[in-house]
Amino acid sequence: MGMPVSLALRGRHADDTAAWEQVLAELRHVDAVFSTYRPESVISRLGRGEITEDECPPEVHEVLALARRAERASGGAFSAWRDGALDPSGVVKGWAVERAAAPLSALADTDFCLSAGGDMVCRGLEQPWRIGIEDPHDHTRVLATLDVRVGAVATSGTSRRGQHIADARTGRPPTAVASVTVVAGRLTWADIDATAAYAQGADAAAWLGHRVGRTGLVVWADGSTTTVGGTAP
Amino acid sequence: MRRIVLWFLATLATVVLLFGYRTSTSSTMPSTVAVAAPAAAAAPSTGTPSAGTPAAGTTTVTGTTASTRWGPVQVQLTVAGKKITAVDVVQYPNGNGRDQEINSYAIPTLVQETLSAQSANIDMVSGATVTSDGYLTSLQSALDKAGIA
Repeated sequence: MGMPVSLALRGRHADDTAAWEQVLAELRHVDAVFSTYRPESVISRLGRGEITEDECPPEVHEVLALARRAERASGGAFSAWRDGALDPSGVVKGWAVERAAAPLSALADTDFCLSAGGDMVCRGLEQPWRIGIEDPHDHTRVLATLDVRVGAVATSGTSRRGQHIADARTGRPPTAVASVTVVAGRLTWADIDATAAYAQGADAAAWLGHRVGRTGLVVWADGSTTTVGGTAP
Repeated sequence: MRRIVLWFLATLATVVLLFGYRTSTSSTMPSTVAVAAPAAAAAPSTGTPSAGTPAAGTTTVTGTTASTRWGPVQVQLTVAGKKITAVDVVQYPNGNGRDQEINSYAIPTLVQETLSAQSANIDMVSGATVTSDGYLTSLQSALDKAGIA
């Protein structure tokens, strides 16, 4: 599976490729630690019981703590443990991209938007970044736009990982919802909440509405939409 | 604006292999405009321990409910040994008008007509097909090509 990483820069350090190299180095590092597809990764060895959690590097503790919080917050719909196997990938992506964006934050007078596979971290101090939300039923269309100054946007839906996202409580993929887009201050939580809301199917918008500091858009299977956080009672 | 695109082969959540790397530059942006701060979450009150759910040295402590301008907020800490391992908000403000105030940043605006990314001056696209095979036909791909052509 491929994941494109796109970076837009504007401002004083728009030509700074050193920061970009740091972004890539961080992503590669995270992959080496967390890939469940690599038998030698820390997470694979932990999953096989060859090492204990205490022997893992600090970032593994951080991610597992996030996974536990996400599981609690979603009432179990989101889980990093599938059929007893450890797979924290639902937590890792947003967290990793947020970490990888750190060198970009250090660039003075420079705005950036770092997107990895449709999830992004934005800083638009001079001018907000305009983000389009893809129509899950017609990928050539934009369904909504939003202007983001400082924050993150993540979308979960069927086509991202095939039918990979399932409600951990039932083991079944949701059918009522086509995609969930979440806007939050941090990509770590935008990504987790998009996946957790999506996994809850028909309850996606109601659940997301109770998450403090999130806004978003739920697109239902029938094509109707619910804007979360932006509508009057 | 400068746009850099990199195609990774991902092992799922993250990345491995460099596929292509193209860059280009175009104009920079004008200045002005003040910074909009994201909305702040409410501060928790000082908590009195009220519940303990022991699970192998793990304890949860629920704080007292704090009144905020948006409504009541209650926070729960999970402590393993001497370390706080999680902070969860267990009670949220439920007045919708107040929710709106907390959440009032970057709300998606629905677009009524068919709109391509380029015609709307869109910088990036958030969507489920931007990953994997869908990328080549995605709007993000079109934007990247336009930006680096």
